[in-house]
Amino acid sequence: MSSVAVQRLRSALVHAVLIGFALLIAVPVIWTVAAGFRTQISLLMGDLFFTPVFFNFGEVLFSKTSDFLVNYRNSLIVGITSTVLCLVVATLAAWSLHRMRWPRWIPNIFLAWTLIFHMIPPVALASAWYTMARTVGLDNTFTGLILAHTTLNLPMAIWLMSVFVRDVPKELEEAALLDGASTPVLLRHVVLPIIAPGLAATAILTFVFSWNEFAVALTLTMKQTATVPVAIAKFAQDFEILYTQMAASAALSILPALLLLLIAQRYIVKGLTQGAVK
Amino acid sequence: MSTTSLPSQAAFEPASRASGAALGDDRLWRWLTFSPALGLMVLLTALPLANLFVSSFQDILWSGGQAVRSNAGLAHYAALPSDALFRAGLSNTFVFALSAVSGQMVLGLLLALLCSKVTRGRVLYRAIFILPILIPGIVIGAIWKLMLNFDFGLVNQTLGLIGIAPHDWLGASETALLSVVLVDIWHWTPFCFLLFLAGIESLPQDVFEAARIDGATAWQEFRFVTLPLLVPTLIVTFAFRLVLAFKVFDEVYLLTSGGPGTSTEVVSFTLYQRFFTEDRIGYGSAMSVAVIFIVSLLLVVALSARKRSDAVA
Repeated sequence: MSSVAVQRLRSALVHAVLIGFALLIAVPVIWTVAAGFRTQISLLMGDLFFTPVFFNFGEVLFSKTSDFLVNYRNSLIVGITSTVLCLVVATLAAWSLHRMRWPRWIPNIFLAWTLIFHMIPPVALASAWYTMARTVGLDNTFTGLILAHTTLNLPMAIWLMSVFVRDVPKELEEAALLDGASTPVLLRHVVLPIIAPGLAATAILTFVFSWNEFAVALTLTMKQTATVPVAIAKFAQDFEILYTQMAASAALSILPALLLLLIAQRYIVKGLTQGAVK
Repeated sequence: MSTTSLPSQAAFEPASRASGAALGDDRLWRWLTFSPALGLMVLLTALPLANLFVSSFQDILWSGGQAVRSNAGLAHYAALPSDALFRAGLSNTFVFALSAVSGQMVLGLLLALLCSKVTRGRVLYRAIFILPILIPGIVIGAIWKLMLNFDFGLVNQTLGLIGIAPHDWLGASETALLSVVLVDIWHWTPFCFLLFLAGIESLPQDVFEAARIDGATAWQEFRFVTLPLLVPTLIVTFAFRLVLAFKVFDEVYLLTSGGPGTSTEVVSFTLYQRFFTEDRIGYGSAMSVAVIFIVSLLLVVALSARKRSDAVA
């Protein structure tokens, strides 16, 4: 065989293995979404082909016993608010810790603490937060959960924003100061434009992790404030046999992530890898 | 929370000396920019943990929205070692974390190596591989609960095609933990893959050219060039995935709820049951403190591994 043929064969093999793994990842998701469009009977029969029905989605979204739309709204409120809060707090802190003249031990201890906190199982924290929230009357409120999610995602947001803030050329900031810019002007007109792509990456991850978070949401919310993962867990336990509706609600819950993956894959990859590689 | 990103090197090299000008001298703004983060961390992490610690020596009952506390001494801590559920949870969590993370490392490395070899379709492959990282853990539980269903799940259907009898993967105690491990490998291999791919892409190209000129085979190139250069990335990823795998809760909650028996009982789930289901707040707090202590030990091991790997690199 010529070397070109060997090369081709090898490349084909590599693609074959990769496609195999891509199928392993994609098929369970596709099969579950498809199950959302089936009737219970068709799913139980295991037919490969079926006529899609929208009954399950209708039931999940609009039936009198379902709160899914409310849960969706709750998840959006908590996700968006905590993401905005988290970004503002994390960006200011990252800039402060890296560009202001702090005694070294302050940033060191603070960042070590964020790392330790990040490793603690959320359930252990949830128990502490629950006791606190109940004492001050913040259990079963959006405020409680928003603060909790902001705190949960703060370590990651600070680490990521640290990377991006350090990419801002110091000379640029110093030049702005020499021109008489105050700190807020410096932040707004020099730092912010440069870190904007990093902010986007961090925002997407923070939102997705808030959207996905379950343990804390489970303990800090009740019926009116429950988020999507809490609703799905409850549904799966209360109506274990309503398989197709469970599939439909699973499909609806991954819509935001799918959308973000389609329009912003670059930022997601940047956010997920940035912290580790640099 | 299943936050994934690793803390960057950059995050831990703070406060490099500001040079020239007045950068960093604005005292008012130095505090204004830092205090929100400091406030949140003190109010919502340090304070609750202190509260948790105090509660672990008390018995707590709720009455009219107020916690009524009474002293329990060391009784809760003394009861921990003989709690069968807690012991099962600990040992299962270790088995789970070690086997799942090992699987993720091997598969993630394999995929990253393969993906780095292709030019066409790399973005598409990466998009598909990222998908599980973005799906809520609870939904991953739902997906695999359906996939592994005894009667109609795709897994049993597919096995049926090649003549293997259907198996109750989550309901049989021999395969329940294995199933949870496989689901976690499905969930997090993509994350290891992504980090390894980024690691490979950032390796200097000239070493590979040199290896090729010297006539290295693909295996030799991997064994003697890529692998040694990747060791720091591998160690750090392994250590941090391990600590994070220790947190597992969502998938177990939906897939098996710890059962059958205690075969998939994990530590976060035990904690949840004792604290919330049984409302044993003092005892649950003691268990939380114990778990946090164990995680801190793991973290120390992880950090020293990281230091060693930095020394290697």
